[in-house]
Amino acid sequence: MLHLILFFIFAAVCIAGAINLLAQSHPINSALSLIVVMGSLAVLYLLLGAEFVAAIQIIIYAGAVMVLFIFVIMLLNAGVEEHSGKSYVAWFIGIPSVTVLVGLAVYSLVLYQEKSAPAIGPDPLLGSVQEIAHLLFGKFLLPFEVTSVLILIAIMGAVVLARRGES
Amino acid sequence: MNSSEPNLYLWLIPLLPLIGAAINGLFGHRFSKSVVATVGLVFVAAAFAMSAWASAQLLHLPQSKIPYIEDHLPWIAAGGFHVDFSFYLDQLSMVMILVVTGVGFLIHVYSVGYMEHEGGYYRFFSYLNLFMFFMLTLVLASSYLLMFVGWEGVGLASYLLIGFFFKKDSAANAGKKAFIVNRIGDFGFLIAMFLMFQKFGSLNFSDVFAKVSRLSGESSAGILTAIALLLLLGATGKSAQIPLYVWLPDAMEGPTPVSALIHAATMVTAGVYMVARSNFIFSRAPVALAVVAVIGCVTALFAATIGMAQTDIKRVLAYSTISQLGYMFLACGVAAYSAAIFHLMTHAFFKALLFLCAGSVIHALGGEQDMRNMGGLRKKIPVTFWTMTIGTFAIAGFPPLAGFFSKDEILFQSLVSPYGTKILWAMGLITAGITSFYMFRLWFMTFFGERRKAEHGAGHDDHGHANNGDHVHESPLIMLAPLAILAFFSFTGGWVNIPKALGGGNRFDQFLAPVLNAGAAATAEHENPGLEIGLALTSVFVASIGLAIAWLFYYKRRDLPGKVTAALNGVYTLVRDKYRVDELYNWLFVQPVIKLSRNFLWQQVDVGTIDAMVNEAADSAQHISNEARRMQSGNIRSYAGWVALGAAVVVAYMIWAGLQ
Amino acid sequence: MVPLAYYLGLSAILFCLGVLGFLIKRNIITIFICIELMLNAVNLSFVAFSAYLKNLNAQVFVFFVMVVAAAEAAVGLAIIIAVFRTRETLNVDRVNLLKL
Repeated sequence: MLHLILFFIFAAVCIAGAINLLAQSHPINSALSLIVVMGSLAVLYLLLGAEFVAAIQIIIYAGAVMVLFIFVIMLLNAGVEEHSGKSYVAWFIGIPSVTVLVGLAVYSLVLYQEKSAPAIGPDPLLGSVQEIAHLLFGKFLLPFEVTSVLILIAIMGAVVLARRGES
Repeated sequence: MNSSEPNLYLWLIPLLPLIGAAINGLFGHRFSKSVVATVGLVFVAAAFAMSAWASAQLLHLPQSKIPYIEDHLPWIAAGGFHVDFSFYLDQLSMVMILVVTGVGFLIHVYSVGYMEHEGGYYRFFSYLNLFMFFMLTLVLASSYLLMFVGWEGVGLASYLLIGFFFKKDSAANAGKKAFIVNRIGDFGFLIAMFLMFQKFGSLNFSDVFAKVSRLSGESSAGILTAIALLLLLGATGKSAQIPLYVWLPDAMEGPTPVSALIHAATMVTAGVYMVARSNFIFSRAPVALAVVAVIGCVTALFAATIGMAQTDIKRVLAYSTISQLGYMFLACGVAAYSAAIFHLMTHAFFKALLFLCAGSVIHALGGEQDMRNMGGLRKKIPVTFWTMTIGTFAIAGFPPLAGFFSKDEILFQSLVSPYGTKILWAMGLITAGITSFYMFRLWFMTFFGERRKAEHGAGHDDHGHANNGDHVHESPLIMLAPLAILAFFSFTGGWVNIPKALGGGNRFDQFLAPVLNAGAAATAEHENPGLEIGLALTSVFVASIGLAIAWLFYYKRRDLPGKVTAALNGVYTLVRDKYRVDELYNWLFVQPVIKLSRNFLWQQVDVGTIDAMVNEAADSAQHISNEARRMQSGNIRSYAGWVALGAAVVVAYMIWAGLQ
Repeated sequence: MVPLAYYLGLSAILFCLGVLGFLIKRNIITIFICIELMLNAVNLSFVAFSAYLKNLNAQVFVFFVMVVAAAEAAVGLAIIIAVFRTRETLNVDRVNLLKL
């Protein structure tokens, strides 16, 4: 019961944040809205018993990635969005496609009602740091190491791209 | 071949001139003139020798073995339809090959001298030999299809030779006109062959004639008439009858030996030969026979009247040829086929003689062809004069020359044959009178009186003599010898068929009877000697009247022609302009076809449709790609739109697949 | 205890809002933020299924998604900075030279 209420509250916050993200015209407001969304999502992860994921959501996603976003927004001094002509394709093909996606989602949820009916909640045996560590350094060791290489490449790329041009 | 079967080596007869044509055509430009001439003459002489030998052999064969058919290579074998390369010799083709190779050889000899100063010497002899090849194929063919090959081939050779001086516009146009008009006739021949194949299943003479003779009269009259009329159309094209005669006068643009060989002696007789060969079919189609007779008769009279008003010496002879061919068709039309072939033979002699003499006159005058500029040549070129005299008397029909017997035979048959009528005889008689008149007019204007100098336009091809007509000289011996030989035959050629009424035995008719009478209703027997002598005297009388009028107008009182033409001015110009038939055809056929080709076929079909389709294909590719490249706008949001669409499609598919 | 359908519905809503923002917004950085929103929605979906199937592999996958998202954000923002330097604008409609 408590879970349900908490879910609804934080789901509402998520959606409000997302809508606010779309409604705002200054990117800094959009970024802050996204942080709100990420925070609520972390709570939802906790509701599902994924402690580790919730933690890294806050630490890395909201704490590092979004901070990077805000730094860049402030660096570039991005102002309010200016108005330019709309894109016909985006409006007349894209928005109907989004509608279709929404419709499909609703449809599939209705379709698989019985299957998705069972309630899920936190499981004490699942989601703890130890378990994930076992997986990460055991079964998924290779992808783990590869991601470190990936991050190295990303660092180098970012440094090269954002450098002042050749003098 | 077992030894009891004779082998006449017929295939050599057409092949030898073909080899000559090939040698001269391929290598002639490297040879000297004498080598070219030798090659040309040798092969034609060899063909003549072979023809003579084969004819001699044929005469020894029993009647059951005639026709002699020599099979060579298979040609078409499609289903039940067989046509082979095989040759056919009977009395009729024997007469034809002897005439063709004999007269052809003499004309070749003449050309050696006549064409001496012309360019393209080797080309001329190559074409002449080629013509001989095709003509002999036509005559020796054993099926209508092989005959058609020869038929087309002589048309081709005629085109090449008429347009021999191809740099002259008029010559090139004349060649084209001849070929195209012939084509119209060939169309008739082709359809006739199709009908024959459909009805009889074969095109070989033996098969067709056997099947025709087995047919009963009534039921098949329709299709036989159709076949006969279509064959007649082909014949009118090749033998220059109404309505397809218009090419022959223009064909005089070619060198004079060509006119002699092709347009007097041999090619134009192909139509008559074909009708005579098909006598089985014609005799069973009385309607067609009547049409043949009428066309022949009308053409004879019509062309004779035009010949009266012409001033070019070769044109007069051309219209005379058309007129004499009309006589031959008249003879066929009253089922007197052997009379037609007899006249064909004598006409070959005297018409070739007349043309070669005309060539000699032209050569002597350095290219002058207009009779109004001639005169007084009697003493200056005596050999030509005397040979031409013999030719003129022969064509006018004075006895005992050849033309008298053959023309009389035709006139007699046109009166007494079951198919003949008095009207045909009367028209033929009038034509004889007119023939005599214009031929003697030519004779008087050319050889008598004083020389009239060039008041009427310049002469034609100058023959490299570059003399202005003062230096009149006789032709060399090589040109005179054929004249003499042809004069001899013009004199004596008629004696093979002296009718019984005059003491002979109609030997020629008897000779050809197995071929020409076997399928026909019996033509009139010569049982009425009184009538025959009476008719003969009548025609001689009429010819004499023609001679007298010509003597009056062109010798005694030279002013009379001017007065007569002034009095009949309108009629005279009409006749002189050949009744404006060429203009009529031009307005009726040529201009509409040109307009159709230009406005419809060229503008609309070719440019408008075909070109447009190709251009449209290219243009539409361009338009489509123009539209398609608007997708590459560089606008990120539109890309995003497309991605969203794609995502929606993929998700929908996955849901749908999951449901299956 | 919340039914799985609710989590999935929420995830779908967030995702579609992200796509909508991607299509509507004109500022490059805002578009990037919408991309991050989409990734988060997917993460939620993963974690929900992990709890439903009682399998931890999905959470490990979420981990990797985050790593990649971080790397992508770093490089993408570097690109945006480079573009801003040359084009002096953050309006995505102006960055359209790559066209036919």
